[in-house]
Amino acid sequence: MKKKPDARTIIAHVVLIFLSFLCLFFFYILVINASRSHAQLQLGFSALPGSSLIANFKNVVNDPAIPILKGIRNSLIVSGCCAAITTYFSSMTAYGIYAYQFRLNRAAFTFIMMILVMPTQVTALGFLRLITNMGMDDSLLPLILPSIASPAVFYFMHSYMQSSLPKELIEAARIDGSGEFGTFNRIVLPILKPAMAVQAIFTFVGSWNNYFIPALVITSKDKQTLPIMIATLRGADYMNFDMGKIYMMITIAIIPIVIVYLCLSKFIIAGVTLGGVKE
Amino acid sequence: MDKKKPIKSISYAKWGYIFIAPFFITYAVFSLIPLVDTIRNSFYEYYYSGLKVIGPTFVGLQNYISLLSADLPKYAWNTFVMWILGFVPQIAVALLLAAWFTDARLKIHGKEFFKVVIYLPNLIMASAFAMLFFALFSNAGPVNNILLRMGVIGEAIRFMESTLGARTLVALMNFLMWFGNTTIMLMAAIMGINPAIFEAAELDGCTHTQMFFKITLPQIRPLLTYTLITSLIGGLQMFDVPQILTGGQGAPDRTTMTLIMFLNNHLTSKNYGMAGALSIYLFVISGILCFIVFRMNMDDDPDGSKAAAKRAKKLARKGGKAS
Repeated sequence: MKKKPDARTIIAHVVLIFLSFLCLFFFYILVINASRSHAQLQLGFSALPGSSLIANFKNVVNDPAIPILKGIRNSLIVSGCCAAITTYFSSMTAYGIYAYQFRLNRAAFTFIMMILVMPTQVTALGFLRLITNMGMDDSLLPLILPSIASPAVFYFMHSYMQSSLPKELIEAARIDGSGEFGTFNRIVLPILKPAMAVQAIFTFVGSWNNYFIPALVITSKDKQTLPIMIATLRGADYMNFDMGKIYMMITIAIIPIVIVYLCLSKFIIAGVTLGGVKE
Repeated sequence: MDKKKPIKSISYAKWGYIFIAPFFITYAVFSLIPLVDTIRNSFYEYYYSGLKVIGPTFVGLQNYISLLSADLPKYAWNTFVMWILGFVPQIAVALLLAAWFTDARLKIHGKEFFKVVIYLPNLIMASAFAMLFFALFSNAGPVNNILLRMGVIGEAIRFMESTLGARTLVALMNFLMWFGNTTIMLMAAIMGINPAIFEAAELDGCTHTQMFFKITLPQIRPLLTYTLITSLIGGLQMFDVPQILTGGQGAPDRTTMTLIMFLNNHLTSKNYGMAGALSIYLFVISGILCFIVFRMNMDDDPDGSKAAAKRAKKLARKGGKAS
């Protein structure tokens, strides 16, 4: 029964290999160049790695002008808090609308659906003035707190509840004397765990990569997150930079996410469609 | 039945409000108040000239008018061009790959590997990715170096110094970051089509091309529209990539300056009036797009097939009565 590969199969493989090459090639150059010294890089591109990987890393970490360790710490704090807060409060909001009957239920749901894809940039001006008035400018707090209200994650959790959270279960918990918050924390959240994990990953990555608002909020050096530090590399003195250091900094910003992704890729790719496809 | 009554009388409504309160309070504080403040500022002349504060003076629609007569149309055009340059190949490639991945007769080796690889760029920090491209495509960078050594080009291409080059680089990055995501979304949609339709078509002697254009495309039209609209909203927000690639200058000659880069400039220079008016323009456009997404999400009949069936039934009934 085995047939020879036809033209379509061959074309498909060629195209796929080309696209994969396109996706991976840049990261390949990145890692290679991060391992070469400035002098080696000036000589031109080489396909083989150099020997300065550790030296470049040390140079980056010890550079007082770019406190990258603080940047990693700040990014981890903001992204971690955002991921935790977003998933918890979005589940809570979704549960409120899913499990309870109240007069404004439909209105609340409609409102959230209307702002589902509203860009945050359009209110950036008022947001910046507000946090300045509240004395929260140049702090990490205004990068974390707004993630309590995350319409897209709410929508995801709400859809997930409709398919996997039977209302009888809530009813049963009530009859057994469970309080409303107790039911939510002890019975509902464990059921939502898979959905929460997916959303926590996406929120973490989104926050880790976020540049626009943090760049406007943060002014002092030791509160900068990684994207802001990367942006400072592109400053006027780019030409005077040690290129090995630049590649190393980009590597530090990108590679942790890549490694986590490769470990969880199956799970993440399954999550893309869960979150994105409207049903 | 009587037993049910006392249980019914316990109202849990207040818990509903308690559970949704954090969301709405947060949204009100960090989005609605800022929105009102943004609208208010848009009607004032209010900016910093050096250390001197000019205004706030109420100027009505002056900010809106001067934006329209000055740079706004140009930056809107730049944003649109770079978006469409990335979006067209993105949707075309995604459709092709999704069709291949879901074709049971096409044996693709390493399907999982390819899926993992093409989705990877979507998770990359856009600012770091742009910085990487800036280094790679610079005049003495590795890309020029490789091309020179391979003899493809005689002298280094100055990618960032031509409008086409800079815009293409931005579009290429947008394409790379999003085609994998779109592929996976479209795959899910195609796998949701009833396989019986394909089987019937195959029995009738349909070719692959015919099946793609006559069955797959019409069946996933709602998701295609959805992808288009959400991508438009994403395109409207284009910032990180051109900002870092051009160092905020929109070089060459501001032909890669996007709307949000323009907003960013006004925000950092504290021109509140202009930033406000620009934000409101963006708010209105996003509002329209949001509404389309809203309608598609809330509508359980997005492609109009159910409505058509209803109309046909009605007509049939009417016809029946008349005869």
